[in-house]
Amino acid sequence: MAARAIRREHINGWLFIAPALILLGIFMIYPILWSLWMSFQTGRGMSFSFGGFANIQRLMQDTVFLRALGNTMIFLVVQVPIMIVLALLFAVALNDTKLWGRAFFRTAIFLPCVTSLVAYAVLFKSMFASEGVINQALMAIGIGAIPWLTDPFWAKVLIILAITWRWTGYNMIFYLAALQNIDRAIYESARIDGVPAWARFVHLTLPMLKPVILFTTVISTIGTLQLFDEPYNLTMGGPSQATMTLSYYIYDLTFRFMPSFGYSATVSWVIVVLVGILSFAQFVIARDRRGS
Amino acid sequence: MTETRAIADRLGETRELSLDPVFRYVRRGLLYLGLSIAAFVSIFPFYWMLVGSTNMSPDIAHGKVTPGGYLFENIATFFATVDVPRMFWNSAFIALVGVALTLIVSSLAGYGFEVFKSRFRDRIFGLMLLMLSIPFAALMVPLFIMMAGLGLINTFTAVIVPGIASIFIIFYFRQATKAFPAELRDAARIDGLNEWQIFVFVYLPVMRSTYAAAIIIVFMGNWNNYLWPLIVLQAEENKTVTLIVSSLSYAYVPDYGVIMISAVFATLPTLLIFFLLQRRFVEGLLGAVK
Repeated sequence: MAARAIRREHINGWLFIAPALILLGIFMIYPILWSLWMSFQTGRGMSFSFGGFANIQRLMQDTVFLRALGNTMIFLVVQVPIMIVLALLFAVALNDTKLWGRAFFRTAIFLPCVTSLVAYAVLFKSMFASEGVINQALMAIGIGAIPWLTDPFWAKVLIILAITWRWTGYNMIFYLAALQNIDRAIYESARIDGVPAWARFVHLTLPMLKPVILFTTVISTIGTLQLFDEPYNLTMGGPSQATMTLSYYIYDLTFRFMPSFGYSATVSWVIVVLVGILSFAQFVIARDRRGS
Repeated sequence: MTETRAIADRLGETRELSLDPVFRYVRRGLLYLGLSIAAFVSIFPFYWMLVGSTNMSPDIAHGKVTPGGYLFENIATFFATVDVPRMFWNSAFIALVGVALTLIVSSLAGYGFEVFKSRFRDRIFGLMLLMLSIPFAALMVPLFIMMAGLGLINTFTAVIVPGIASIFIIFYFRQATKAFPAELRDAARIDGLNEWQIFVFVYLPVMRSTYAAAIIIVFMGNWNNYLWPLIVLQAEENKTVTLIVSSLSYAYVPDYGVIMISAVFATLPTLLIFFLLQRRFVEGLLGAVK
């Protein structure tokens, strides 16, 4: 009797998760393995032939790929730290229960998360047009118009500004939630012991927020490595490929020109490897700091 | 507390600057200034979108920030260039059917992983968490070839099906199920319910706030989805709201007034959900990290 119950429990355990496992197998495991296989194939359209490491050699000489990789890394290295620092500052400021208008500020800063990536990219495109509202304002205060969409440097700045606008509030929400779980008594005691505000932030708040900061950094890294909607709709990857990203390049390789599926699979595996390395590195760094 | 004492000792002799009232006022002022700038920057694009939808295209391109009288012209042009009901239906269908299927499959799995424990299944779950970091960019090429081979290009099936088993939502439900009281399940068993009846008649009603938060997350994801529909939906009559917004701005001579209207259409449903269900919305976002 008991054996039968255990057996039934066992069968049910599999039945409940079976639909999800089957779907994940078909739409995630099979495609990712297939794309690994494809990355060693060359040829155009549906005619494949085994090319060994030909695609990887092609990567090294492909200036568009190298530029896309460089751009993606610049976005990652510049944008993610700026956004996380801003989100932390806002979260700490808004964690003060005595702050006037706290709910308003919190809602306002979170609001950008509600927009779809395409909609805000299109809005930013009109705001940052050559004679658009941003440049009018910059001229009014004497800075002068900036060639946001036509200069390679400023186009990158624009993408960074846009992503920061969209995601800072999102990260802030995670920090606010984590801050609310911190026992306020420890701050009281720090104040009594004469620890100044900046040191309370550095020595008390930051260490306690480390797991959340790690989580948001990993999430942001994965997101930035796959950046597509913004460069596609805001800057169209230009000017002269200054905002071309890896995902954008895969899209171009597969759907714009005569498709070379094998090579685009190789580029997509570059993203897989980068996500793996960077996530792992962030975990290791976080663990080391905890040990010291 | 000894911990804070140690920090104070390590820093040596420090004076609490904020005790100085002038310094405190200055700091308070800077804080409000900073937050006000942040709030202004965050809200301005929304204002810009609403005001823009009342202005004509050249005015928008020249940065006019005051409301104009072109709202109805813009709406009329929008409805003349785009099959708006069709576009809305496409997005709504994909989002709602996607929500229903994702919730069924993923909540079953989340419940199953938590309630029926086995070491082997826990290992599978660990593997799934690792798969959470597989970027979509790596899947899209083989998925596209698969869908093309099945003759599903230009169908909603192709858009919806790959997202149904969402690792994130499965994880979310597993976390939430930890709070589902085991006594309820035991009592239901004694009453003679089988495992599936327990799931439908006991678990589902008890966990409705978890479902509500999950509905919001999945709906937002589906409604705003862009890259995959862009690849799979090529016929004009199948395009979703996000695809239309994008193709309007890709026009040779973009009509900014119409683009603003389309952006309003794209943003309105999610904005409404946010304001009506703000608490659930935030809970849903945070759910997975708890």
